[in-house]
Amino acid sequence: MSIDWAALGQVFGVTLAVTVGIVGLFTVGIVGTSRRPAVEGDAAAATAPGTGARTTAVAAFALCAAAVAYGIYLIVAA
Amino acid sequence: MEHITLLIGIVIVTALVFDFTNGFHDTANAMATTISTGALRPKTAVAMSAVLNLVGAFLSVEVAKTISGGIIDESAGIRPEVIFAGLVGAIVWNLVTWLAGLPSSSSHALFGGLIGATVVSVGTGGVHGDAVVMKVLIPAVAAPFVAGLAAMAATRLTYRLTRGRDEADTAKGYRAGQIASAALVSLAHGTNDAQKTMGVITLALITGGVVAPHADPPLWVIASAGLAIALGTYLGGWRIIRTMGKGITDIQPPQGFAAQTSAAATILASSHLGFALSTTQVCSGSVMGSGLGRKGGVVRWSTAGRMVLAWGLTLPAAGAVAAGAAFLTKQGSWGVAAVAILGLGVCGAIWAASRRKPIDHSNVNDGPAAEPVGVVTAALKTVSPPPAGSVTAQATAADAAEASAPAARTKAATATTR
Repeated sequence: MSIDWAALGQVFGVTLAVTVGIVGLFTVGIVGTSRRPAVEGDAAAATAPGTGARTTAVAAFALCAAAVAYGIYLIVAA
Repeated sequence: MEHITLLIGIVIVTALVFDFTNGFHDTANAMATTISTGALRPKTAVAMSAVLNLVGAFLSVEVAKTISGGIIDESAGIRPEVIFAGLVGAIVWNLVTWLAGLPSSSSHALFGGLIGATVVSVGTGGVHGDAVVMKVLIPAVAAPFVAGLAAMAATRLTYRLTRGRDEADTAKGYRAGQIASAALVSLAHGTNDAQKTMGVITLALITGGVVAPHADPPLWVIASAGLAIALGTYLGGWRIIRTMGKGITDIQPPQGFAAQTSAAATILASSHLGFALSTTQVCSGSVMGSGLGRKGGVVRWSTAGRMVLAWGLTLPAAGAVAAGAAFLTKQGSWGVAAVAILGLGVCGAIWAASRRKPIDHSNVNDGPAAEPVGVVTAALKTVSPPPAGSVTAQATAADAAEASAPAARTKAATATTR
């Protein structure tokens, strides 16, 4: 009986990278599509996100969607 | 189907009952945090999970080759009586843990039941001790750490990135992401766990000579197994959902998203890199991790401790019940009948006990009763900052009851200003 440490380590590494990666990307998308916080002392209220932020956000969401599609592929192909 | 003897018929029915308990026991894995953050209304969440479980059951054509994954020596004489006794043990333990509201692994209960029944009817030689350690012990111990650490890191990251943003603005996005992750977990559950029941039924049919060895399961087996798990999922193990979604820690939308994504990633990564981890432990671990990841988040360690205790007891307890059942079934036909009647009686008693304090979709998001402060909780409280914007159980329950998204958004806004 020997524990397959390499496989376990690989699972841990991949899980950590994928989870942090997807959550990070998705958060970038959320930040890109939500209103900007009001600056301290500024009279203006929260402002809508700019075009650049929006483009980044859409790209981030698209990558997340691709990851979900790959997940479904893994389940179906198993 | 005239070749199906009464005994094999009983085994099939028992296997479907187990499948049903498996369904409502594991709803929490996919949907607990989705329900507690209000991403989906309770009934909608379990309905979605049920449909995905049903779809998952039909998706995979790979039949579970061995029902126990090599833990017991199936060639040593696994007779229908042994399978029956093992299933009874697994069902009884699933119901006991459900009554206590503790998420425990249905697969471990099935393994434990089969081990107990095999030891009594064949002897200890019929059990592979190595496989028990490799397939049950290590995956169960490793799972909460892998999923928990990933969820903790992801929770930290997402809170850092959205710092300064209005919670009401971000909550909707998090909820959408959470639904996607939960759907993946449900689908993976359907393909995995419905397969187990199909394997059990197919094995029973093979031993009865109804289908040829190595044959694919007949369509009615696939359909009935899929329907049983979907029905169980739809009825919802609300007690377990409450523990996972509310009892371990208070979950905010960002945490729910991080926990659910971590669970989905862990399940898929582990099953495809050849080191399968236990789903229940993965999901519980990721919830705990997300609780630790939020600044001021508090994990209720006494609830977590009870849960870990139940994990440890699952295999031996299901095994002990199954061993008793196997002893009775060895006595002949009256023994099988006695086990069936006793099993039904125990199930009825547990159901009756659950009616005293029913938990269903209407009160699933009510918080747990205030618990005495444990040693670990007290120690952690002294070193951690106070919770930032903790949502009361009442507010979140009202939140979950809101039907429309705009209404939920204003609710979230009131929660943050509180």
